Amino acid sequence: MSHAPSTAHSAPEATSTGLNHRKLLMWAFLASDCMLFGSLIASYLLYRGNSLVGPYPHEVFNIPYTSISAFVLLMSSLTMVLALSAIQRGNMRGLKVWLLATALLGTVFVGGQYFEFTTFVHEGLSLNTNLFGTTLYVLTGFHGTHVTVGIIILLSFFVVAMRGRLTPKQHLNIELAGLYWHFVDVVWIVIFTVVYLIEAPNIID
Amino acid sequence: MNHTAPTKERAHPTPARYAAIALILAVITVVEVAIVYMEFLRPVLIPLLLVLSATKFAMVAMFFMHLRFDDRLFSILFVGGLLLACLVIMALMALFSV
Repeated sequence: MSHAPSTAHSAPEATSTGLNHRKLLMWAFLASDCMLFGSLIASYLLYRGNSLVGPYPHEVFNIPYTSISAFVLLMSSLTMVLALSAIQRGNMRGLKVWLLATALLGTVFVGGQYFEFTTFVHEGLSLNTNLFGTTLYVLTGFHGTHVTVGIIILLSFFVVAMRGRLTPKQHLNIELAGLYWHFVDVVWIVIFTVVYLIEAPNIID
Repeated sequence: MNHTAPTKERAHPTPARYAAIALILAVITVVEVAIVYMEFLRPVLIPLLLVLSATKFAMVAMFFMHLRFDDRLFSILFVGGLLLACLVIMALMALFSV
């Protein structure tokens, strides 16, 4: 059953800023998460090239494989924003479809990461093998954990929507989940470039 | 109860617009991967990659996260944290002469 689409313009909130507290909190949280990933990326860059023993990045990285992984996560951002657009227009069926699609794409990404990690381990790279292993696994592991939490959030909303307990008036909930999901995507945009692509010339040569 | 001015949020883009933005992001990703295989671009590879990834970052933040159409305070919050993170990275790299 379709509900009337929600209005595009928000009514003023009864807060000192006129903004929704939860949305403000989510943005503040994302700003703090920027600093978390900033410190992890800094650690990776600082220790880059300082491993005493292998395996080294150019020996284990598979750029085409990781590129597909990056593309999958990028497309999940599209499906996430389509889910938000659906609930804002009162299209609850569309919301469920796009929520599930986003969760599935996220699962594909995490599965890909897990497979990549097992490949690395098979090639002798573990958490305590060298500086490269430690910094790579911690950075991508934290990111993978963020994605997993996001998948759980999305599936929770999917279940709530399936039970008919999510209405177009509650579109902010989906928007907040979307903000988290898009953040996870932009972090991977940075990691993909700074960790993988920058090593690519060493792999090709 | 405080009655404040209406929020400055504008209408969200249409699904077609979102799809167009996703297509642009996909193209930029393809370009990023392609240029690492181009030897003549090696001298400028890192700046190029950083510019391309920054473009993708900005597009996701502005359009998918709706920062472009939302209240400025959200942008100030997020960009503030982002700038701080970038400054920390640059300061550490300068400190340890990387």
